[in-house]
Amino acid sequence: MHLLEINNLNISFDTPEGKVRAVNEVNFNLQNNDSLAIVGESGSGKTQLVFSILGLLAKNAAVTGSIKYQSQEILNLPEEKLNNIRSKKISIIFQDPMTSLNPYMCIRDQLNEVLIHHKGLSKHEATNESIRMLDAVKIVDAKNRINMFPHEFSGGMRQRVMIAMALLCNPNIIIADEPTTSLDVTVEAQILELFKTIQKEFNTSLILITHNMGIISDTCKKTLVMYGGRIMEYGFTKDIFLNPTHPYTMGLLETMPSIDKEYKILKTIPGNPPNALEIPLGCPFSDRCSHKIDICLSAVPPVETIDTTKQNRMCHIPYQDLLS
Amino acid sequence: MIKSKTILSVENIKVQYETNNQFIFPWQKRNIIKAVDGVSFDLKEGETLGIVGETGCGKSTLARAIIKMVPTCSGKIIWMGENLLTFNKNKMKKIRKEIQMIFQDPLASLNPRMNIGEIISEPIKTHFPEISKIELKNIVKEMMLKVGLLPNLINRYPHEFSGGQCQRIGIARALILQPKLIICDEPVSSLDVSIQAQVINLLKSIQKNLNLSLIFITHDLSIAKHVSDKIIVLYFGKAVEMNLSKELFSNPQNSYTKKLISSIPSFRNSFLTNNY
Repeated sequence: MHLLEINNLNISFDTPEGKVRAVNEVNFNLQNNDSLAIVGESGSGKTQLVFSILGLLAKNAAVTGSIKYQSQEILNLPEEKLNNIRSKKISIIFQDPMTSLNPYMCIRDQLNEVLIHHKGLSKHEATNESIRMLDAVKIVDAKNRINMFPHEFSGGMRQRVMIAMALLCNPNIIIADEPTTSLDVTVEAQILELFKTIQKEFNTSLILITHNMGIISDTCKKTLVMYGGRIMEYGFTKDIFLNPTHPYTMGLLETMPSIDKEYKILKTIPGNPPNALEIPLGCPFSDRCSHKIDICLSAVPPVETIDTTKQNRMCHIPYQDLLS
Repeated sequence: MIKSKTILSVENIKVQYETNNQFIFPWQKRNIIKAVDGVSFDLKEGETLGIVGETGCGKSTLARAIIKMVPTCSGKIIWMGENLLTFNKNKMKKIRKEIQMIFQDPLASLNPRMNIGEIISEPIKTHFPEISKIELKNIVKEMMLKVGLLPNLINRYPHEFSGGQCQRIGIARALILQPKLIICDEPVSSLDVSIQAQVINLLKSIQKNLNLSLIFITHDLSIAKHVSDKIIVLYFGKAVEMNLSKELFSNPQNSYTKKLISSIPSFRNSFLTNNY
């Protein structure tokens, strides 16, 4: 049994300009104590994908497909039932630590709120539990710090508070939506290290959303590469990094300047990410792909599994042809 | 290598801010924040200087101090043999033609009420008011082509462009006066990965063609290594290390530099050591 199973998920938004197809035909699953990274550029639908799991999508969204948590369908559940899953079973860490904490409430109240609401603890018990959790995310002097307000914390500390908040109800799955984009490299390294230890200690599964390929190689077992609302490649992180099989993944890896290499000029992917209103008929990457053939423009490529590494790829061009 | 002349040399520059911590009497000593604390460097023609460091270490303040956007309390900024700090407003205006800046947030640094043509041509209108409208339009179109924008977009407004295109507009605006030095304050940090490389390549090719000097501020060390000849590492306003970029990465001297370099996530090494 899979912990989380997503089948044929489609998300679209009705807007005055037309229908925005944010996520198309996405399939993946997550086991216990697993870690998955979702990589993609802005507008590739990665955030909408995880928002749909927790029912956080905007009102004009239409979702089809199935999302199963421990074999129980959770897509389009009513609010009251979803609230039993949110935070208790699946919790989320939002992108911006500055804006996702309430500036009018001290950290203690914000943390306790979760416990009182979901676990029915008393105020005193909740505070003790909150302090314990702040200790777990390595906030020094948690006993006094818990009475502080968000503006008294630095960016990295606020992100730790958010992580502590997500951990309070011992969820099975933590979703982290770009947890380190607004942080410095040194702080980023600390936060990622924290994710790894938490995963071991609390035995949770992790879904990490990011656009930085560098950070996932350290943290996640599996990687899912998204582009224009579709999965481009899905497999073990190691395989995807060392033997990418999709032109987009190859391009992404090449555009990142690596510290241990010398370059004359950086390789680029020409063009711009697609507008979700006008996603190409065939492969969404076809506009920018240097390998494209006629069929790429007219038909969505089928999912192909590579025998040796169990990588899933969505591309018309055979893997062997890309290497030459 | 041909010996090129030094165009900018900064000597022991200091920028300080006074803050009132809480209620304070006028005779009491005020808190002083040293944003930039004694940084010196030389910049040659056609050279790129990278400034790296974490948030709040004074990277942007240093850049702004060089073009006198923030007041400097001591030190010397010598541009082509003359100290900028002794200049008055009128004299400074002439220098501003030669030093231009590209800002961090591409969309926020463009006026939403002006179309692209107006934005790009504004520096020329201020500095060379005698140029005719038709001529101006041609210059702008030429510049747009140079930075990879189609000239028929000249009447569009900034919100109609993507982040990468907005940054190209910012670059066009900086280049149009044919400056000798461009200060880039995190020009790619708010762009997508695949677009970042495009913008960096554009900057580098323009630099080669026009023999520009660049000051490139970034917090991404791998980008800094790729673009710059020399790198300064800032830490709390102090330059803790300055070296040629190759040597800085192969042989870091300062402990803070070492820490910075070791915290860059690099996937090529991590598979060797990591079992998740």
